Amino acid sequence: MNTPLNPLPENASPALVIPAKAHEKNGTDDPSKPDSARQLVLGLLFGVVFGFLLQKGGVAKYEVLMGQFFLTDFTVIKVMLSAIIVGMLGIFSLRALGLVKLHVKPTRYAANIAGGLLFGVGLGVLGYCPGTSIVALGQGNYDAIAGILGLMAGSYFYAETSGYLASTIEKIGNRGGILLPDLLGMRLAVFLAVFVPLLILGLCVMAKLAP
Amino acid sequence: MQHVSGTWSPYLVGMLIGLLSMATFYFSNKPLSVSTAYARLAGLLGNLFYREHTENLRFYQDTKPKIEWGVMLVLGMLLGAFIAAATSSDMTTAWVPALWEHRFGPYISLRLGMAFVGGAIMAYGARLGGGCTSGHGISGALQLSVSSWIALVCFFVAAVSTAHLLYRL
Repeated sequence: MNTPLNPLPENASPALVIPAKAHEKNGTDDPSKPDSARQLVLGLLFGVVFGFLLQKGGVAKYEVLMGQFFLTDFTVIKVMLSAIIVGMLGIFSLRALGLVKLHVKPTRYAANIAGGLLFGVGLGVLGYCPGTSIVALGQGNYDAIAGILGLMAGSYFYAETSGYLASTIEKIGNRGGILLPDLLGMRLAVFLAVFVPLLILGLCVMAKLAP
Repeated sequence: MQHVSGTWSPYLVGMLIGLLSMATFYFSNKPLSVSTAYARLAGLLGNLFYREHTENLRFYQDTKPKIEWGVMLVLGMLLGAFIAAATSSDMTTAWVPALWEHRFGPYISLRLGMAFVGGAIMAYGARLGGGCTSGHGISGALQLSVSSWIALVCFFVAAVSTAHLLYRL
């Protein structure tokens, strides 16, 4: 077993080993391997910050989320749009520097629309989203426990039907990981130069009309 | 200024979540996303009771039931929310939200039953649609993903309709 039967060509040129951060963690998505201790600790720390911020933003309060859907309280959209604008500029800058890579979910028109609508119905009934359910529990909204059990039950039921869905609705309009500029045939930089100011304008209008 | 106590500016919170998002991409090579963690936890429970059946489900062949980054993120969120609420005396300790009670009465079982059903529908939709308010609504939207912007519009349209059906009829 000591004799290498198939010497790997990559091993021949150690000079080509890429030290870039974006490459070293490709293994983290391998479903068969457990995450490293470092990843688990980072996950926990990022979670603490995320949960802290969502609680401080007030978006895990039933009245605030439902107020968004009654169109009387725009806190949720303000938080989301601010996060999207900063994150968009940040992630595409880091990517241009080769420091991160994108993780874009596949576009499947039928499944995105049907799933998105179902999600919205559940969201209107529960009054917490999956993230704010756990935050709601943390701040003492105990009805979120039932929501969390429901989230687990619904996930398992999805898994039960996943074979059927994968061969039917999830095949309709399957376009892969496309971005908005791809759809419009625009270059990414041009699209961002138009889209980011539009989002900022939207946020300013919202700040004016619904302070 | 009779606003909800302990609440920071939504713009500040949003911007900090945007920065957090950059950090998770850079340090963990992961976007912020929450709903898959519930699916993994459900799969772990499934493994306890019907291991063979659970392992054979198509979804769990791609998304292994295990404690990984996303599950730790959700556990951290519980802790972070508790810290935030406890340090600003913003703990709620209620089984029924005030607005819900005003509309449907103080019955705990009704609220818990509806919350369970809502959660189940939401999770099914999240898995079919490919993500939730975090995975699509923030992480996917900021990456300009077409699927995420479609899903986000659908979340909003359906939630607005549902909220009006529940409260305005």
